[in-house]
Amino acid sequence: MAVVFEKTPHLTDKPFHYCPGCNHGIIHRLVAEVLDELDLDGDIVGVAPVGCSVFAYDYFNCDMIEAAHGRAPAVATGVKRAKPDTLVFTYQGDGDLASIGTAEIVHAAHRGEKISTVFVNNAIYGMTGGQMAPTTLVGQKTTTSPNGRDEAWCGAPIKMCEMLAAVPDSYYIERCAVNNNANIIKTKRAIKKAFQYQLEGKGFCMVEVLSTCPTNWGLSPVEAMKWLEENMIPYYPLGVYKDKGAAK
Amino acid sequence: MALTLMKGSEAIAEAAIRAGARFFFGYPITPQTEIPEYMSARMPEVGGCFLQAESEVAAINMVYGAASTGARVITSSSSPGVSLKQEGISYCAGSRLPCVILNVMRGGPGLGSIQASQGDYFQGVKGGGNGDYHLLTYAPSSIQEAIDLMMIAYDKAEKYRMPVLFLADGIIAQMMEPVEMPDMVDFKVDPEKKPWACTGWKPGDDPEKRAVINSLFINTEDLTVHNAVLQEVYAEARANEQRWENYKTDDAEIVVTAFGTVARIVKTVVDELREQGVKVGLFRPIAVWPYPYKALAETALRDSVKAVLDVEVNEGQMLEDVKLALEGGKPTHFFGHCGSQFPTTDEIKEKILAIKEGM
Ligand SMILES: Cc1ncc(C[n+]2csc(CCOP(=O)(O)OP(=O)(O)O)c2C)c(N)n1
Ligand code: SF4
Repeated sequence: MAVVFEKTPHLTDKPFHYCPGCNHGIIHRLVAEVLDELDLDGDIVGVAPVGCSVFAYDYFNCDMIEAAHGRAPAVATGVKRAKPDTLVFTYQGDGDLASIGTAEIVHAAHRGEKISTVFVNNAIYGMTGGQMAPTTLVGQKTTTSPNGRDEAWCGAPIKMCEMLAAVPDSYYIERCAVNNNANIIKTKRAIKKAFQYQLEGKGFCMVEVLSTCPTNWGLSPVEAMKWLEENMIPYYPLGVYKDKGAAK
Repeated sequence: MALTLMKGSEAIAEAAIRAGARFFFGYPITPQTEIPEYMSARMPEVGGCFLQAESEVAAINMVYGAASTGARVITSSSSPGVSLKQEGISYCAGSRLPCVILNVMRGGPGLGSIQASQGDYFQGVKGGGNGDYHLLTYAPSSIQEAIDLMMIAYDKAEKYRMPVLFLADGIIAQMMEPVEMPDMVDFKVDPEKKPWACTGWKPGDDPEKRAVINSLFINTEDLTVHNAVLQEVYAEARANEQRWENYKTDDAEIVVTAFGTVARIVKTVVDELREQGVKVGLFRPIAVWPYPYKALAETALRDSVKAVLDVEVNEGQMLEDVKLALEGGKPTHFFGHCGSQFPTTDEIKEKILAIKEGM
């Protein structure tokens, strides 16, 4: 019998704990497929965040480190400096990367640290039950912005790609989404490019992936995807924000 | 072997390199900035890595990452910076990562002073970060002792898979002394000896051997098991790693307890008072965790001992451990100043003579 689809070797057999309709699962799969395709003979270290993807160390089938909340880029820096020939990636949510871990991500980019970051932006704190994130949209209701995010009170949502693209030694920054097949393929391509640049010894790369949190948005999986398309993509435009390696 | 005159901070840094440390992550802060400065020049000479982090928070997390690969890694800071490292230290302890952390203590609380202090004893040995954990904690009282302890620190850290903390004070880092520097240790990461480390794994390899560096155990039962393992390690360290010095305590009527630089001041006091016929001695913990409770009890609970005096540059932090050791068995006094003011020999003598008067 011909095998038409199977689990990728770079995912373990452990069932995901993610909610139905959550995009973390799709993004995990894409990262794992890229790891399969790169054929690195085991020289991979992934760094998991604190957030819903905290158990990424149980899912990615490679050496894994669980970092403190927001510190993954510093942990990855330590690994990369100790083992420069290893592919080192971080997988982080928006609370992790864009709030508590801003210093670590900005300075990893600033140093041109040769690591790759997969940044999953779902505009909310998923794991702790739906609090406001720095990425929460204006007017978006969360458990800590019950009347909707008030820009005058807590600022406009932070745009990490735009911010990190402005850092001199970041190398490649792209924002993607996994809301349809075309975008899923684009996201995988972006992740692969980020990892390949690292293997070529280029600088810091980040792929932001807009993602749903049906559970804490209070929407069905289908409604959540629609909400992402109608609200997140217009505010967080998809595309390449920086690519120092692009053919000129 | 030849003695060289060296500044404490540089000697400690060089000793770390001789002990196999090849990765240094840190952030400048007085009075230990000479350590990162020295490392920045020296690490490249030995094929190592010096990286100035954006903060102490980042530095300890870089340590966490590099130590995850099995390498010998070090960070150094002073009190306010070590406060920032506490989150990462707790994670290192929870994930059982061997590494070395230097705290060149300065006055506190808050920004305090840039002068030497002993105010971080509690932070070092009673926690600092969250959870039930301990650090093997050395309190050297001379530069040579700091060097000698550094030469065993990584072996101990790796044996117990726990971080080692040096509680030094600004005086040790800033003064110069003649020292004997040991030879370079030939250290390489051996994946066989460190099966837990991230040394490379691919699908198809033994799943048991995939490295997962982690301190999260979401099921309470699993966390209980994990903590039980930690407690076994701490019990073993308590059994094997106590270090202390007895100085002229055999016939002492008054036993003085002190650690670090203060203990050296006390030694002078002991010698001078002995010339006047006062029977006084010094008990000095070299490791302050695990604390040498039994040795102190054996020293100070003897019939000849009439009183104990603890001297520190803090409010009496180690005093709590002294009292735990003595369990109320002897009158226990304290002398010290908070912040950065070191006691003079005259002040300590006066205190001892007053105690003797009242005996
Ligand atoms: C130092 C610290 N502060 C707070 C928390 C609690 N906490 C856990 S996950 C989380 C938010 C994670 O949100 P995000 O990064 O957006 O990831 P998501 O769960 O949405 O995937 C917070 C605040 C923590 N674990 N550690
Ligand atoms: S809470 Fe949200 S982010 Fe977390 S698993 Fe569920 S849907 Fe995904």
